[in-house]
Amino acid sequence: MGNTANKIGPWALLGTVPVLAYWLTFPSAPEPHTPRAFSGVQVGDTAHEQATAHAEEIHQPAKIKVIRLDASDPLGREVVAGCGTCHTTREPNLRTASADRLDQFHVGMQFSHGNLRCYACHDPQRPQDLRRADGTRVAVADAMDLCSQCHGPEAEAYRHGAHGGMNGAWDLEFGARYRNHCIDCHDPHVPQYPKMIVTFKPLDRFLVPKHEDHDTP
Amino acid sequence: MPNMANPRRHPRQAGDDGSGGNRSLPVLQNTTRRAAVKGGFATLGVAAFAAAVSPLKQAAERLSPQEFFQKHYEELTPQEKQRVIARLEAEARERFNRDVTIADDRPIPGTKFVYAINLSKCNGNGRCVEACHRENNHDRDTHQSYIRILEMPKGAFSMEDATTTYDGVVPKQDKYYLPVQCQQCDEPPCVDVCPVKATWKEEDGIVVVDYNWCIGCRYCEAACPYHARRFNWKEPNIPAREINPDQSYLSNRVRPAGVMEKCTFCLHRTRRGKLPACLEACPTGARVFGNILDPDSNIRWILENKRVYVLKEELGTKPSFFYYFD
Repeated sequence: MGNTANKIGPWALLGTVPVLAYWLTFPSAPEPHTPRAFSGVQVGDTAHEQATAHAEEIHQPAKIKVIRLDASDPLGREVVAGCGTCHTTREPNLRTASADRLDQFHVGMQFSHGNLRCYACHDPQRPQDLRRADGTRVAVADAMDLCSQCHGPEAEAYRHGAHGGMNGAWDLEFGARYRNHCIDCHDPHVPQYPKMIVTFKPLDRFLVPKHEDHDTP
Repeated sequence: MPNMANPRRHPRQAGDDGSGGNRSLPVLQNTTRRAAVKGGFATLGVAAFAAAVSPLKQAAERLSPQEFFQKHYEELTPQEKQRVIARLEAEARERFNRDVTIADDRPIPGTKFVYAINLSKCNGNGRCVEACHRENNHDRDTHQSYIRILEMPKGAFSMEDATTTYDGVVPKQDKYYLPVQCQQCDEPPCVDVCPVKATWKEEDGIVVVDYNWCIGCRYCEAACPYHARRFNWKEPNIPAREINPDQSYLSNRVRPAGVMEKCTFCLHRTRRGKLPACLEACPTGARVFGNILDPDSNIRWILENKRVYVLKEELGTKPSFFYYFD
């Protein structure tokens, strides 16, 4: 009798170890499951079936109405003048190609867009509107038409989503899409894309400074 | 203990005083040397086992039994998935005091996602890196992100001469910029090397990781020729108000420490029809995303009309990620 106990004693003890280990690992009782609605978003066949194509919306530039003057009225408000104030009374100079020789309005305006002149794009009679190379008038809202006359490859890439970026859905089947206008990124008078400043860098192991002190906790 | 070790020399044991009363414990009665040695080793064995399982004691602090016994994602039934996701959401609520939604976004039938980047446009400003960081609930301390931008000397394609530490005003003279993230390869070396099948390629081409199945061996990180995989060295530190609550099980839910993570083309967005976060953040419009199976897609026009190439083509990884020039 004593011998039997001697033999199975340690093994019986070992058998309790997994139970003990489980108890040590998970001391608290398993929490009860609360049934809830499945939160998965099912974008599947159903979404595909409804082939209602959404619209692609291009950001519209503000209409040109007035020009701000470098002056303020006695109440400190900004003074503006309608384009027509001068442009209806003065004869347009079709040769003006920069603001250097202007002394009353548009003084100091930067211009760096090839060899174009002001009235290459602005309508001489109504400079708040634009004009195509053939002389037909274009509203500012349709300025992309005007740009596309010279920038054909860019316009084509834009039509195929390869220029200008976008927000929204990757396919119009799933939602609307919002796109930039040419002049959202390119100032029409200085169209070169501006330089930028890097604002965020990852600090992964390739980038950790070499002088880092390993002794600090 | 000589009495126990050699009972034959001392037939009358200490407990037996000859009066007929046996005062020793029954287990120790008639002890042989063999039994004593057995007992000794058994004790050692128990001690060794206890020492071996002792790390579980610390693990208990952050590991629930449900998590411990959770099956592989692909083996979970819909009901089990529901329970797992409910548990993960409850854990997130407890940890960040913030309501998050963890969805189980599945591939859209008839879709294969591909990405393209216009290297003539990219100027290395890094807005995509930051967008990824915020969208995917990355650790704030390390500025972790799935995107790494290489600054390369113009006129060559030499990654050895590239640097990722550039800063200040970009683009710099005689440099171009190559953003690298997961290429969602059709022959993914990272998937081949995973010893526990915690990472796999889904039908829409996205290579995903089951963060609850990953053992953190980092084989996949070593196998990836694009350095696209990241390891969570510690529990991610994110201020509660900065948590992106719009999450997915295989994508941007807050990952535990010690597991691998990677770019999923923002599947929590793209499988719901939205564009990836890095694309929407790009101010230069260099990034294009779409379905290569759709002949009218933007991406197909680029592949047919632009000068397109893939990174490290010679390795045969067949990336779903293209770079092009104007």
